[in-house]
Amino acid sequence: MNDISQALQQRVIDAMNRKKPLKIVGGDSKAFYGRETAGEILNVAGHSGILNYEPTELVATVRAGTPLRELEQAIRAQGQMLPFEPPHLGETATVGGTVATNLSGPRRPYAGSVRDHVLGVKIINGRGEILTFGGEVMKNVAGYDLSRLMAGALGTLGVLLEISFKVVPAPHKELTLYRSCSITSAISTMNSWAARPYPISGAAFDGENLYVRFSGSDSAVDAARKKFGGDELRDAADFWQRVRELRHGFFAGRQPLWRLSVAPAAPYIELPGKSFIDWGGAQRWYMGDADAERVRAAAVSGGGHAVMFRGGDRAQSFQPLAPVILRLHKNLKQAMDPMNILNPGRLYAAL
Amino acid sequence: MSATCDHDHEFHVDRDNLIRALAAILPADALLYEREDLTPYECDGLSAYRQLPLVVAIPTSVEQVQAVLCTCYAMNVPVVARGAGTGLSGGALPHRQGVLLSLAKFKSIISIDTGNRSAVVQPGVRNLAISEAAKPHQLYYAPDPSSQIACSIGGNVAENSGGVHCLKYGLTVHNILKLKMVTIEGELITIGADALDAAGYDLLALMTGSEGMLGVIVEVTVKLLPTPERAQVILAAFDDVVKAGAAVGNIIAAGIIPAGLEMMDKLSIQAAEDFVHAGYPVDAEAILLCEVDGTNEEVSDHITAVREVLKRSGAIEVRTARDEAERATFWKGRKAAFPAVGRISPDYYCMDGTIPRKHLPTVLKGISDLSKEYGLRVANVFHAGDGNLHPLILYNANNPGELEKTEEFGGKILELCVEVGGTITGEHGVGMEKINQMCVQFNSAELTQFHAVKHAFDEKGLLNPGKAVPTLHRCAEFGATHVHHGALPFPELERF
Ligand SMILES: Cc1cc2nc3c(=O)[nH]c(=O)nc-3n(C[C@H](O)[C@H](O)[C@H](O)COP(=O)(O)OP(=O)(O)OC[C@H]3O[C@@H](n4cnc5c(N)ncnc54)[C@H](O)[C@@H]3O)c2cc1C
Repeated sequence: MNDISQALQQRVIDAMNRKKPLKIVGGDSKAFYGRETAGEILNVAGHSGILNYEPTELVATVRAGTPLRELEQAIRAQGQMLPFEPPHLGETATVGGTVATNLSGPRRPYAGSVRDHVLGVKIINGRGEILTFGGEVMKNVAGYDLSRLMAGALGTLGVLLEISFKVVPAPHKELTLYRSCSITSAISTMNSWAARPYPISGAAFDGENLYVRFSGSDSAVDAARKKFGGDELRDAADFWQRVRELRHGFFAGRQPLWRLSVAPAAPYIELPGKSFIDWGGAQRWYMGDADAERVRAAAVSGGGHAVMFRGGDRAQSFQPLAPVILRLHKNLKQAMDPMNILNPGRLYAAL
Repeated sequence: MSATCDHDHEFHVDRDNLIRALAAILPADALLYEREDLTPYECDGLSAYRQLPLVVAIPTSVEQVQAVLCTCYAMNVPVVARGAGTGLSGGALPHRQGVLLSLAKFKSIISIDTGNRSAVVQPGVRNLAISEAAKPHQLYYAPDPSSQIACSIGGNVAENSGGVHCLKYGLTVHNILKLKMVTIEGELITIGADALDAAGYDLLALMTGSEGMLGVIVEVTVKLLPTPERAQVILAAFDDVVKAGAAVGNIIAAGIIPAGLEMMDKLSIQAAEDFVHAGYPVDAEAILLCEVDGTNEEVSDHITAVREVLKRSGAIEVRTARDEAERATFWKGRKAAFPAVGRISPDYYCMDGTIPRKHLPTVLKGISDLSKEYGLRVANVFHAGDGNLHPLILYNANNPGELEKTEEFGGKILELCVEVGGTITGEHGVGMEKINQMCVQFNSAELTQFHAVKHAFDEKGLLNPGKAVPTLHRCAEFGATHVHHGALPFPELERF
């Protein structure tokens, strides 16, 4: 438990006055992600602690530097969970980095993303002002939704100080079934099952097998077992943990790793190399040497965009934006951080 | 109460020039400017606020919307978008020097993609029409505002509307994938994607709930969910509102997130019962309606568990709907609560605060004290699961001064919600109505940040001027600028 918000605020004010950019760092577990930014390091890990967690209100408010592990432990102890299964990608992951990157795990298509569970934030904007948006209630439409806007902004719009999350009860039971099939049939099976009212909470394909996880009451999960067939995966928790943390064997190679976010039922995207499907078809990991243009075009044809996740040209991490959209992004950056001191260039060169 | 147009939002528009310019780009039947034609547009669901626009434009194509916005941009004319006009905060209240842009002609469901479980619809499509169109595929659109037979999906996006099922299935923001939007400069852009996320900032989240202040939505891609195998509702009666409130927390503590969890107090129970004869226990101080849905097996498990929790929480009666017909009956009273209250009072005023649920007893007590103080009755209807309160203040607009008294009373309720850590609006939006209470919830730096965001999309301030975010001048006049963190009230008044 430590409140260093005033010191952080002072650093931002100084940086603003001197027009010197800041590089915001939490646990540094996702330092590899996105574009690089130069700047004096602003370490927020020291701003930590769970401020309020009330299981029956389904809300947890934490300081951004709090280790993600600590928050998850506290919630698990009350039989609840962060439904978006955020990947830690390192021991030191903090809650702030989790929100700034908006990376979500296998449960995402069924339970929602990090962004979906942000209820409110306290931030320092680029003018060094401490501002609060949203709150600790489930529904709040007073003012523009600047809380969810922080998710995925990679710190370019504000230094996160506190975040309030919606949390939910953990399921009584989970079961994973698997069966061998082709990639095409995996995609269609994932989607046709998701169109039926069953308690699916994960669907992945590793190149050989289709894995489907069910979560819910005992009887609901048992019923799913009967309806869907296939073999029960023994070390299921470990399997999903490896998928979530990108520690599954698929992710071991050295070649560039791309994340293609596409429409879930988009047909198989053929690229030279190997692929792994998560999010019930909506997240396609691709590892291989295809050039960036080709990968991006493939993602667009699937209704989405591609992120150069790791091992490639960091300067081109994210899909280029259409001109008007880019203009709005620049205007928003100007609105939140007029001196361009917060993680400049981390998301796009112009921001 | 007429809409007070504050001086920060004055425009100088030449009516004849404007009509001439719009007539050049719109067919004759898409442009209204005679007084009697304008009257139907003078207010939204908050009929106490009325204002005639200069003209009403009712385009039928995206190109026409673009042309209207281009023209308004060039001529510095304010534009207020309007969906079905069911909003309860005056969001679609016209600007007296502006164009009221109706999206009512955009009524088609463009496509339903069963593979990806999504639908592409035009903004004027009614909320319920989406679920009806998806029904043959055993899919539906989850957010279900009580106004769903009338309200438009464009309005839902602009307000981030919720419904009785949003505790489990989320609000509009959780159930849309993509928008097509026209900027004030007339550009057509796409926000979001057919994928679950998109590159760059989350403009989709920012647009949702932005009350027509940032752009005009001309197409929406919504997510569809599989229709649950079964849904069943329990009605529980309590002799004490506080016990009913505690029961809500107990259900959640049991690890169950009901599909819907609604509460009504005595006055609303009685009004609803007189109106629709749902068989509600009229002697009860409060009832809870708790719906669980999912697979057959899960619903059976949860019904048993919820019944036990309710009894343990002191319910004096617990009924489970036996079939679809009875389920519909249980819900009928709740869904008709507003019109039912409308029958027992000449007028009513609906509030929309949201609070952390644990403060329900305090807030109810506060409302009841205020009710005595103002001499006005209140019927309480809540989305109890997520702490969203809809106190309905009963008044008679024909009694001189009563409307003003009601408004003041309503404002006090909202301030009470903010005091306990809640918000002035859970789902109805700020619009024109709660503009003063925004000064209570946010400090001047936060309000200034909102204005800067608005400026990023609409430099000239032409989209829905004067709504949603108060100017600092206005807050100074209202005398309630929130000061916290030691921030000065008006450090840079003239920033925007
Ligand atoms: C009886 C009753 C019950 C209600 N119950 C609920 C409820 O349960 N939950 C809930 O959330 N709300 C409820 N409402 C409020 C209202 O129905 C919602 O706010 C609804 O989303 C408004 O939709 P609309 O099409 O009527 O929008 P309008 O009233 O026409 O407009 C609302 C706002 O959206 C803007 N807007 C509309 N269309 C567009 C567009 N295409 N592009 C940009 N901006 C646009 C307008 O400028 C305005 O600011 C209820 C209202 C009534 C009358």
